[in-house]
Amino acid sequence: MNILDLLSIPILNISSSGWETITIAQRAADALSGNSIELTIFFLILCILITVSMLAGLGMVLIYAERKIAGHFQCRLGPMRVGWHGTLQAFADVLKLLLKEDLVPARADKLLHLGAPFLSILATVLGLAIIPMSPSIQVIDVNIGVVYVTAITGLGVLGALIAGWSSNNKWSLLGAMRAGAQLISYELSATLGILVIVLFAGSLQLSEIIQSQAEGWWIWRAHIVGIIAFFIFLIASTAELNRTPFDLPEGESELTGGFHTEYSGLRFAFFFLSEFVNMFVASALVVTLFFGGWMPFHIGNWEAFNSIMDLIPPAIWFAGKSAFFIFLLMWFRWTFPRMRIDQLMRLEWKILLPIGFANIFLASLVILTKFHF
Amino acid sequence: MDYFVVLLLFGLAIGLVSSALWISFLLAPRNPGGIKNEPYECGEQTIGSSWVHFNVGYYLFALIFLIFDVEAAFLFPWAVVFREVGFVAFIEAGLFILVLLTGLAYAWKKGVLEWV
Repeated sequence: MNILDLLSIPILNISSSGWETITIAQRAADALSGNSIELTIFFLILCILITVSMLAGLGMVLIYAERKIAGHFQCRLGPMRVGWHGTLQAFADVLKLLLKEDLVPARADKLLHLGAPFLSILATVLGLAIIPMSPSIQVIDVNIGVVYVTAITGLGVLGALIAGWSSNNKWSLLGAMRAGAQLISYELSATLGILVIVLFAGSLQLSEIIQSQAEGWWIWRAHIVGIIAFFIFLIASTAELNRTPFDLPEGESELTGGFHTEYSGLRFAFFFLSEFVNMFVASALVVTLFFGGWMPFHIGNWEAFNSIMDLIPPAIWFAGKSAFFIFLLMWFRWTFPRMRIDQLMRLEWKILLPIGFANIFLASLVILTKFHF
Repeated sequence: MDYFVVLLLFGLAIGLVSSALWISFLLAPRNPGGIKNEPYECGEQTIGSSWVHFNVGYYLFALIFLIFDVEAAFLFPWAVVFREVGFVAFIEAGLFILVLLTGLAYAWKKGVLEWV
């Protein structure tokens, strides 16, 4: 393989038949077995480049989008000064945070205080790697896909807990405890939502879950059960992202900054970055599990319509669908007031969890009786 | 190869954060000391350490969580093979979940799920 073959990597795969997923890691493994060390290294570097550019690019775009959308929801203009319509605002923010003094409280546990942002970013980077963005743009595709995602989410909980505890500040402690309780509780419901889709798809691997939706997305094919699972998963992932109405761990009107009160400069920026990029990861998961990932929108056997839809590259489908869910999450923020901790726990343990179990039961019945599309 | 890439990205994340913090370390001003390094409590003087006892409710929820999380670990392989095994799998998982839900109902009855 020479450099010309490399350029023909089908990044925007348009043919409707060529939907087999080839991950970048898989390409690297192929190159290694073909005894081509340069090519292996090239693909490994590509893995890193994709992840880093997704992390940095999404961070910038989402922070700008959040501020702009927040502004327009409140009849303001949002950032306008830096660049055309404030488009360079995110760069200015990063530069500012880079030049800020890195304050560490005298009584904090210095090592853990330093370590917490590492854990948060680690969870985000590892989560980003598994997102299938198109048949040819997926960094890794482990066969335990959704279990991997659940495990990675656990790392993020640790980041918030350690950050709050190590700061030796009462606000931080309260924020960290709330974060711990909230994140572990809602992880259960998120898992129950995922389980329904695993039941239908019969696989844990994200690429196979997408392949199983070639005939129609699970939100449609699994009808009632799928829709209930979708709402459970959406609510649970909003809670896991610490976003309003579930932003108790940082609730700025009661806990100043919650678990990151004592963080400043870049260390704070890392918590912020991981929160924003996690928003993308969660939206991408919703899209992958319920809305067919990068699969185009098809209507039954209406061939003319379907072939027009196939002309749009999978990557664009994926980007559009996830952009919608990211917008939905931002919309939530300006629609719902923050909950209290007792309401939050009641919602999870007394409402979502029983409904989640009932839904699993129903889903297995639906599959047994083949009562789905 | 997949897990090697995971390892690679693990290193990448650590390297990314530490290099960014290092750049900030070189560029940012450093002038610690005095009242600036006190914990922030909206202008009040902090009394005592913050590493104190906290609400036992968090602990109880963590305990219940642990049970249901292990249960989820059991249900993942069950969900994967459900179509092949069929009705037997349905009955077995049903019994399994029923036992756990009895536990949840007991905790509910005992008032563990009430936030105080």
